Amino acid sequence: MLEIKNLHADVNGREILKGLNLQVNAGEIHAIMGPNGAGKSTLASVLAGNPAFEVTEGEITFLGKDFMELAPEERAAEGFFLSFQYPVEIPGVSMVNFLRTAMNEQRKYRGQEPIPASDFLRLMKEKKELVEMQSNLTNRSVNEGFSGGEKKRSEIFQMAMLEPRLAVLDETDSGLDIDALRIVANGVNKLASPERAIIVITHYQRLLDYIVPDFVHVLFDGRIVKSGNKDLALRLESEGYDWIKKELE
Amino acid sequence: MSEDILEQVTQSEYKYGFTTDVETEIVPPGLSEDIVRLISQKKNEPEWLLEFRLKAYRHWAKMKMPNWAYLKIPEIDYQSISYYAAPKKKNLNSLDEVDPELLKTFDKLGIPLEEQKILSGVAVDAVMDSVSVKTTFKKELAERGIIFCSFSEAVQEYPDLVKQYMASVVPYDDNFFAALNSAVFSDGSFVYIPKGVRCPMELSTYFRINAINTGQFERTLIVADDDSYVSYLEGCTAPMRDENQLHAAIVEIVAMNNAEVKYSTVQNWYPGDKKGRGGIYNFVTKRGICKGKNSRISWTQVETGSAITWKYPSCILKGDNSSAEFYSVAVTNNHQQADTGTKMIHLGKNTSSHILSKGISAGLSQNSYRGLVYVGKEAENARNFSQCDSMLLSDRCGAHTFPYMEVNNDSAVVEHEATTSKISEDQIFYCNQRGIPTEEAVGLIVNGYAKEVLNKLPMEFAVEAQKLLQITLEGSVG
Repeated sequence: MLEIKNLHADVNGREILKGLNLQVNAGEIHAIMGPNGAGKSTLASVLAGNPAFEVTEGEITFLGKDFMELAPEERAAEGFFLSFQYPVEIPGVSMVNFLRTAMNEQRKYRGQEPIPASDFLRLMKEKKELVEMQSNLTNRSVNEGFSGGEKKRSEIFQMAMLEPRLAVLDETDSGLDIDALRIVANGVNKLASPERAIIVITHYQRLLDYIVPDFVHVLFDGRIVKSGNKDLALRLESEGYDWIKKELE
Repeated sequence: MSEDILEQVTQSEYKYGFTTDVETEIVPPGLSEDIVRLISQKKNEPEWLLEFRLKAYRHWAKMKMPNWAYLKIPEIDYQSISYYAAPKKKNLNSLDEVDPELLKTFDKLGIPLEEQKILSGVAVDAVMDSVSVKTTFKKELAERGIIFCSFSEAVQEYPDLVKQYMASVVPYDDNFFAALNSAVFSDGSFVYIPKGVRCPMELSTYFRINAINTGQFERTLIVADDDSYVSYLEGCTAPMRDENQLHAAIVEIVAMNNAEVKYSTVQNWYPGDKKGRGGIYNFVTKRGICKGKNSRISWTQVETGSAITWKYPSCILKGDNSSAEFYSVAVTNNHQQADTGTKMIHLGKNTSSHILSKGISAGLSQNSYRGLVYVGKEAENARNFSQCDSMLLSDRCGAHTFPYMEVNNDSAVVEHEATTSKISEDQIFYCNQRGIPTEEAVGLIVNGYAKEVLNKLPMEFAVEAQKLLQITLEGSVG
């Protein structure tokens, strides 16, 4: 589904990703871990097409399409979703209006008719229950005045509505208390399916107690330097990253 | 977001830029006592009105155009403007007699008179160039004693009312453009709501400049008698021309005891092209007086058009317990300039006013808010709250705020808040990631920002205004 080959990317002229390789197939859950500044969030931004990052070398192929040729909104319509680490507030724009616009723009890209209002509302109700979203959050402006936990839950709710093929969750667990973490993780698990892949970017093993990955990768200095199963995450939790640094020397 | 994308979103197209081929009667350019007499004669006006015009003209001839606004205004040659233009056929009794070309124009503008009559229940008075073409719903309104007609008709049919209230809020010598208008005004709308009557429908006027080298100088007078209510809407468009055209109107509102007047306008005069050529100079004097106790006036404006906008819809709060509101969204793009705001003059006891102004600047435009809150000596317990927000969509445009306050009574509470924000790349990228292209994202964000004001508009206008905001900013961010 997703194939990344020898990816190099700069921000403000500084190279952050230095030849990253990764393959993700449908139905898989991948976790990417690594110390601060390794390039985890840069990877998420580059995949989403954030213009602040410049890809200098390498390839990204998503469902057979060259991702580098597509604008951020086209990538979204092709089925790529990013759950932001810091979701922005958009004052005055209700979540309902925002999501309906997003959904219809994606449908337009795919040559589909706009979704009828009644179907949209039914879908909202269904997905809200799925991710245990309080109903009043959708009537408020996008992320405005939301607590940290509400923002993350709203991201997962948006993911549920937009039904992407590949979702990247960028430190979705940061700033969450244990109850919120459980609710968010449950939501993600309900959205996992054989057609859908999920990449979880995190610092902590504790999220992986709830969202169990098929693969764990260690991102270090702009490259994936080690891959394994969930036991790798447990070892990182107990021993830190020093042993990996030693292995690389 | 890169510079060039920003540029793209500021490239808007003006979709009202067509002209209509109707035979027009135009007086030769230039302004003199003879022209003033000619206009008055063409309109078959009574002697007192001619005297009023001449008094205004003589005063205007001694005045100089003011230059205190934060605007760069090219020199205006008042002798090159034609002060009267009218579609040739006149005095019509039914739509059948209206020039079909003219009707087509209104169709293009989205106000098919016939259909509107039946469907929306909005009474429309359409003013093309200088002459009022048709007022719908006149009969239905008349049954309740409501007068809604062209200004010229009011002069003929209700001279006493016109004489009593005209220039009672904006005197002929109020300012340079008010004096000019008082001398040469051609037509406009007149509204009178009798005591105790709640006007059952929105009253609406559509202004359109069509003929070349003409100015448009209309006058609107709205009088709401004791215990009455009316909501009045005004829309404006003009064709695309290389030359600038002058629009200097006067709007006066009088609210008596317990009366309420809501005045809403969506101003979309031709703004000029991307290089700043052409466009309307919109220099308008709008003022209302809360004359009676417990009276209420609100101004809601969405300003997206005109090369230069220069106006301050204001309220005089004379009656005790009266209140006034000013809600404004002003958008400037490309080379547009706006210096707009309001004046709240508190004179009665326990009066309150609320100002909410949202400025949006893009391209190379300059957008200023200028407001005055005045509290007189006798105005016990006056309250004012002002909020002025500015949003910048490019780094070559300007947003400015000039709030003035003069408080002469210690019991007054006057508050002012102001913010300036830039539309953030993060917000746009967030929308992009959800599948929303940049132009739509800008429209969404701007509409969200302006929502508090748009919510004050009557329903059918709000939808139009939202679309207008998006169109105006098309191509301006990315």
